Amino acid sequence: MSWTGKQRNILDYTLSSLMRRKGRNAALVIAYTFVVFLLASVVFLAQSIKEEAKEVLREAPEIVVQRLMAGRHDMIPETYIGKIRGIPGVQSVKARLWGYYYEPLNGANYTVIADENYPYEKGTVVIGNGVARHMPPLVGKTMPMRTYGGTYLFMRIQETLSSESELVSSDLILMSVDDFRQLFRVPEGVGTDLVLSVRNPREVATVAGKIVEILPDTRPITRSEVLRTYDAVFDWRGGLIIANLIGALLAFVLFAWDKATGLSAEERREIGVLKGLGWETSDVILMKFWEGVVVSLSSFFLGVILAYGHVFFASATLFESALKGWSVLYPAFRLKPVITPYLVSVLFFLTVVPYTFATIVPSWRAATTDPDAVMRA
Amino acid sequence: MRLPRESTAFFLFVALCLGALLLLFAHASWRERGDRNSYAEKREIVKVLGLADLCLFTEARYTRHPAVADRFTPFQDHPLSLEHFPSASILLPPPHLSAP
Repeated sequence: MSWTGKQRNILDYTLSSLMRRKGRNAALVIAYTFVVFLLASVVFLAQSIKEEAKEVLREAPEIVVQRLMAGRHDMIPETYIGKIRGIPGVQSVKARLWGYYYEPLNGANYTVIADENYPYEKGTVVIGNGVARHMPPLVGKTMPMRTYGGTYLFMRIQETLSSESELVSSDLILMSVDDFRQLFRVPEGVGTDLVLSVRNPREVATVAGKIVEILPDTRPITRSEVLRTYDAVFDWRGGLIIANLIGALLAFVLFAWDKATGLSAEERREIGVLKGLGWETSDVILMKFWEGVVVSLSSFFLGVILAYGHVFFASATLFESALKGWSVLYPAFRLKPVITPYLVSVLFFLTVVPYTFATIVPSWRAATTDPDAVMRA
Repeated sequence: MRLPRESTAFFLFVALCLGALLLLFAHASWRERGDRNSYAEKREIVKVLGLADLCLFTEARYTRHPAVADRFTPFQDHPLSLEHFPSASILLPPPHLSAP
């Protein structure tokens, strides 16, 4: 008999043997699929957010300069602009005005930005789609905002930013510089932070170093640090998600180990009968290998396909409560689907390979013993 | 009539799953091409407004803007204050804040 013919015969036998214990094996495949699904969902979600950040934030400011006061972030005087502009290599410096506004009506936090090129008149705002979603119907209506002086500004909503841009703009409220200063009572001559561009990108680190030298109460943050932040912050190998997943993974490992190491009496008898019928030890091991392959490969495929659907078609619904936390305003964004051969192989080696090999060892132990002893045990 | 072998059904199942997996790759690449315009729009907003963060978690300053957060922001509410925002447990600290 050819090698492939023998493998197919053993696989046929393995499948019919698995079908004899339908309920038990179906439960195993469901549990296994769920573990793969959870792990793959985390990997897809984290990778996708990292890719989005890399794609979108490459236009972030080259350097952001913050001022610290007694260890806290403080408003920065515009007089710093002149000092920074004097550093060789600096192309432009401007002050940004932005802050947070808590809306007591719905408990949401908004990010308010004063746009120096704001295209509409004073007393109007442009809002992100998330803000609009929480206070419908808005466009053309007014939005009362309580100033830090205790009075109210009734801002007319001029425009809503597109839903496609929600990943960066969901909670934004854009307004004129004058309105911003009036809302937060920010005096003239100070900004929230400074943003600067540098002529030669290779000089960014040098310029950042010089800023701290000239202005020791400041903290520069470079674009590469911003990009690295998202690379590290969403590392799926860390954080609470993986801590939670470890529990599920360990429970599964325990379950698989128990199943794999402790062959049932029925399985032992089956091995004994097969050996009695003339099966070689290698044939029994081969059968168990195919059993592992069938269970783990089926679960792997189902888990990965379901995880892709969960993250990229259903916006990771199962993780929503964890991701949302206490936020009232949660952006509704469509994530960029990311699936690469590297990710699939990582998931494959994390899930399929260990299980397949875990099933072989105990079978080898049972298969090498005397058939009579195995059947009597 | 000859019944199909179990192994044939299994190979068919594996082939179907492989096909579905390839479809996922095709879908990802199709969506990437389709989303190019929206990326341009997002990049434009980031450039014009000088944004440094994605809008993912709006519950706390340091989860809304992790890239520009202070080293000790999560513990700023009062001395010995412990981290209590759920989304902060998902995020790892930015590398430029945790570097010595």
